[in-house]
Parts: sequence; C-alpha cells; structure tokens
Amino acid sequence: MSEVIDELVVREYEFGFHSDIETERLRKGLDEDVVRAISARNDEPEWLLEWRLGALAHLRTMDEPRWSNVEFPPIDYQDMHYWAAPRPKGPAPASLDEVDPEIRATFDKLGIPLAEQERLSGVAVDAILDSVSVATTFKARLAEAGVVFCSFSEAVREHPDLVRRYLGSVVPPRDNFFAALNSAVFSDGSFCFVPAGVVCPMELSTYFRINAENTGQFERTLIIAEEGAKVSYLEGCTAPMRDENQLHAAVVELVALDDASIKYSTVQNWYPGDAEGRGGIYNFVTKRGRAGARAHISWTQVETGSAITWKYPSVILQGDDSVGEFYSVAVTTNRQQADTGTKMIHIGRNTSSTIISKGISAGRAQNTYRGLVKVLRSAEGARNHTQCDSLLIGSECGAHTFPYIEVKNDGAQVEHEASTSRVDEDQLFYCRQRGLSEEDATSMIVNGFCREVFDELPLEYAVEVQALMRLSLEGAVG
Amino acid sequence: MLSIHDLTATAGETRILDGVDLDVPAGEVHVVMGPNGAGKSTLANVIAGRDGYEVTGTATLDGVDLLGLTPEERAVRGLFLAFQYPVEIPGVGNAAFLRTALNAHRAARGEPEVAAVDFLGLAREHMARLDIDPAFLSRAVNEGFSGGEKKRNEILQMSLLEPRLAVLDETDSGLDLDALRIVAAGIERLRTPERAMVVITHYPRLLDLVRPDRVHVLAAGRIVTSGGPELVATIEAEGFAPLVGSAVG
Repeated sequence: MSEVIDELVVREYEFGFHSDIETERLRKGLDEDVVRAISARNDEPEWLLEWRLGALAHLRTMDEPRWSNVEFPPIDYQDMHYWAAPRPKGPAPASLDEVDPEIRATFDKLGIPLAEQERLSGVAVDAILDSVSVATTFKARLAEAGVVFCSFSEAVREHPDLVRRYLGSVVPPRDNFFAALNSAVFSDGSFCFVPAGVVCPMELSTYFRINAENTGQFERTLIIAEEGAKVSYLEGCTAPMRDENQLHAAVVELVALDDASIKYSTVQNWYPGDAEGRGGIYNFVTKRGRAGARAHISWTQVETGSAITWKYPSVILQGDDSVGEFYSVAVTTNRQQADTGTKMIHIGRNTSSTIISKGISAGRAQNTYRGLVKVLRSAEGARNHTQCDSLLIGSECGAHTFPYIEVKNDGAQVEHEASTSRVDEDQLFYCRQRGLSEEDATSMIVNGFCREVFDELPLEYAVEVQALMRLSLEGAVG
Repeated sequence: MLSIHDLTATAGETRILDGVDLDVPAGEVHVVMGPNGAGKSTLANVIAGRDGYEVTGTATLDGVDLLGLTPEERAVRGLFLAFQYPVEIPGVGNAAFLRTALNAHRAARGEPEVAAVDFLGLAREHMARLDIDPAFLSRAVNEGFSGGEKKRNEILQMSLLEPRLAVLDETDSGLDLDALRIVAAGIERLRTPERAMVVITHYPRLLDLVRPDRVHVLAAGRIVTSGGPELVATIEAEGFAPLVGSAVG
C-alpha cells in the first residue's frame, strides 16, 4: 500500500490550455506611469487615480511579508505586466452574441458556456479574462430586482458614488503589502450591490481566467448588501500551464449592513505548477467582510489550485449579534504550498463565529492552517467554535496548524478542536473489498472528510466540486 | 467454487497460515472454527487480498486465481468479506457508499449503473427483508453505529451485492441474541444453490441458527479436523483442545 502511495504520478491539470486571443498589454514594470495608464484605460475619475497613486506611494514604504509558512524565490515586481486584455475587435459588445467567438470558446472549454449559462442554469456570471471583464450575464433580470451586478470598471462609470463610498472601507489600501499593490494596479473585477430588503433572485458568480503570460492578475471585488439584503456569490478561477510563476493578488471586500446576509463561495483551481514545482500561480489574496448588527457573513472556500495559496478570508463582527463563518477545504499535492485560514474579529456584543477548516495534503505538499480569533473587550457574550482537521496522504507531506486566540472579554466562549489523521488503510481496504478502485476509495474518503464544508456550497456547484477534488487527487494515490 | 491449496501467509517473521487446504462447493455453507490466534481472520484477509502478508499456495474462485488480483478485482468477481470490525467512514453516506459499490459490481459485469432513485427502492426492499431500519441509509457508513448495527450493515451489503462467495469473519461476535437472529436469518436467506459461504466463528452459538454443511477446525495455521455439523457438538462438549492437540503439540 505505502509504496503505491509513494509512487506519485504527475497530476494533470485539466484547464492548462492557452487561448490564442490577441492581447494588449502595458509594458512591464510598476511605477506611476503604469498606474496612470491603467486608470486612463478604464476612464476613471480623478479621485480614483489619486486613490491608486496614494496606494502606490504607500506600497513603496512597505516590504513584502515573509511570515507565512511558505517558501518561494524573490518576486521581481518590475519584471511583470500589470495590465493585459483581449484586444477589442471593434466596439464593446452590446450583448453576448457579440462577444469575440474565441473568448466564448475559451469559456466554453472551461465549462462556462456564457450563452447557455444565461439561458439555462439561472446563475448570473461575470467572466473576467486577464485584466478585464468580457461578459456579464443576466443583467436585465437582476436590474428588475434592483440588483447591480457588473464589472468593477463599469461600476466606476455607472455607480461612482457607491464605489467611492465603499471601496477600501473594509480592506484599506494600506492594510498590507498585497492589498496596497492591488489598490495601485487593480484592473477590473466584479461589483455587486443589493439594495435594502432585497433578496437577490439568483446565484451570482464570477469566473476568473488568466490567459496572457508574464502577467499578474489584480482584480477587485466589492459586494454590498444593504440593510436586510441577501446575496450568494461564487467565484471560480483557472489559468494556463506555464513554466513561470504568475502573481495573483486580489482584494475582496464584503459590506453587510444591519440584518444583511452575504454568502461568498470560492472554488480556486489556478494552475498549481507541475510535479516538480515548476510554474503555477502565487495566489496572495486579501478577503474581508464587515458585518453590521445581526448581519451574517459566510465564507466557503475550496482551494485546490495555485503553487502557493496565501489567504485569510476574515470577518469583522462589528454589529451586535452578527455572525461570521469560515468553511474551508484546502488541497495540496505535489509541491503545492498553502497557508490559509481566517480572522474573526469580535467587536459587537453576542457576536458568534464558526471556523471549520479541512486541510488535505499529499505528495510533498505543505498545508498550513493559520487562524486568528480576536475578542475585543466590547464583545460581551462572544462565542467561537473552531475545528481544524488535517488529512495526510502519503509520508512526505506536512500539515501544520497555527491558531491564534486573543480574548479581552472574560465572558467569551472560545473553543478550538484540531485533529490530524491519515487516509486509513482499513478504510481503503474496506472500500476496495466492496469493489471500489483505490482511487475511487480515496476520493470517497476525502470527500467524506470534507463533507461539512461541501454542504455549505451552493447546490449548483456541489457535484462540480466533488469532481474537482477527484481530479486534484488523481495521481496522489495509485 | 472456492478451492484453497497449501496456502501460507507470513507477516514479518511470523507464519500465520501454514498450509491451508479448503474446498467449498457452490451451494454449501462451511464453518471455520478454532481457538484464538489460529489464523481465522488472516485466512479471511488473505482470501480478500489485504496487504501486509507474504502469501504462497493457491486460492481460486470458479477456477480464477484470486491471489494475483487486487482486492477490488476479487470483489467484483463475486467475493464478499463481512468484516469482523466494519470500518467507519465519516461523512460518506451509507446510501452513496452502497450504490457506488453496487455500480462497481455492475460495471464489471457490463451492466448499466443503477440510478439513485432506483437504488433507494432496491435498498429499501433488502432492508425490509432483513428487518433493518431504513434510517441506516441516511447515516454515514458505520459512523456511530452500535456493534450490532455494524454487523447488520454488513449483511445488508452482502444482500445487495449478491456475491458468489461470502466470507463472514466472526460476524456473530459481540451480538446480542436479537442481532444474532437477524444476522443468522440474513445468512439463511442468502443461502442459494449458486452461492457458497465460509462462516468464521469462535462461538458455536451461531450454529444453533445456521446449519452448516461442513465444519473445519483451524489451529496453528492449518485445518486440523473437518467433519459434518455433528463436529460442533463435540467442540461444545470438549473444547478445541482434544482436536488441536496434535497441531499445537
């Protein structure tokens, strides 16, 4: 058995193709001119340019953080492109039918047929290729409900007041190195606004695709749910297979006003690099939500891709009785590294948070859970429950858990449970005796291990995610 | 049906099976008894293909060499092992597990998969016949099951998968009388002219409920005595000692 596990086969990345789409790029390098050029491309107002330049000025005073439990060679921030886009073949498409067929074919290949998505599945999609949004579906139907769902650049043009009011209100440009970088050079992203009392009539999703080479992707997502509003949002990500590492430094801000509810799900499958650790995406992302009174913010993430995943979707539980949740599955195989977890900051009274993290490690991968539960003096009656489970496949991988707990209020209840286990030989033999192949058996056991997290995903994606998990672990056994 | 010849199994330095010969024709139920440490569970594990043993000799099912096959290949050719200690698989629904297992068997026979809806109907039928609570299906595989529930779940799986050869490894151990009756009834119900069964047990009490065609006594890794059902009475009266004396001698 063990020698079978050790015999690692190269994991094939299904989405590794590159599309031959004519691409426009800004020259390599990061400076004021590049920031000005990005801003000009998007026809941005002066205040936003100033905001970007402020972030860039601050970035220059900061050092790239190195405290995470991951290793990578120095990144030359001057040796990459900060903006790339499919070259427009005429005026902007007025409808999906006018979207460049090659771009549509790209998304078809990824299983995101934009046109069918619009007609059949009832999920609104914003498709982002490299730095720009290429299509958003279902806009009209959403508009009837008062929901705004569009690309970030469009929101800047059409809803500048909302953008100005909330941009950087949860993740300020000076928050951290990568947030400052993103604030200076972000190109596009998704914007969603659900007005007070409105329950968004369908699942929203954004599909991110990196296509161009030597290009970083820096998108910005801003979701605002006004008082009593409710929305569920899912993002998916893939990239071509390339030998060099590509940087993805996104910022996601969620604003849930009083009594609002935001459910944010991520299925991250960026290119993980090959079996020897060549290539792959560096996924350095800042995600945070701010919850008003009785508001509910729930992060669910399934992280299977990227050479390095470094992210901590967090909730600031500002309002009394607000609820924060973090459900995470992080899979690392071959040479992948993940340092991921969450921060739950309890400020309001009777705030509660739940953290369920499932880390799966195979090959020579390293998987780290890092989480902070912080209860301020004001957070009378705060409660947290944290459960961190790690599953190891094979003998050369690692699982690490770094829980940080800071409690300033005596009345708070904070629970932390952690476990580390291996895919059990007895379980495998039991499944195989019932006729399951070793790979099916492993996939079934791993899916069972992740059940509590998968149950939180929107139904539309549950099956897809199980298939993705299977694919991710292919070659990790047998 | 099952034909075992000169089977040995060694784990590390220890020889656990030391030349087992056993023939079980179709339609018969054979019982293998023996003292603790005789190698009964090892015999079951080696037939099913568990890792961790160095194995010599032959074991064939319907003329097919079992020892060259993976555990799953043996399973889909009709070999079923009811485990002494059924394993818990947290988060995996019993229904999904059983359906996946059934479909693996069907795929090997070139039959189409059973859809989820049809499977539920089929499973409920089997459960009703075996007097098993339908709530079994919505629970995770063996998770939080009592000892008796786990064993009943094994019988349910056996019933659904309809094996050619079923090996029951101390399925009766740790059961109260009610559970024992359900297990015994399951065995009796699955007794058909096409199917063979090997019932491994430490206790004669199961044999009040299941009537074997042949009884074998395994001691120190060998079959030391074989006989008809009357052998059970001898064991009950005198224990294993007189029968195994020469083997452990």
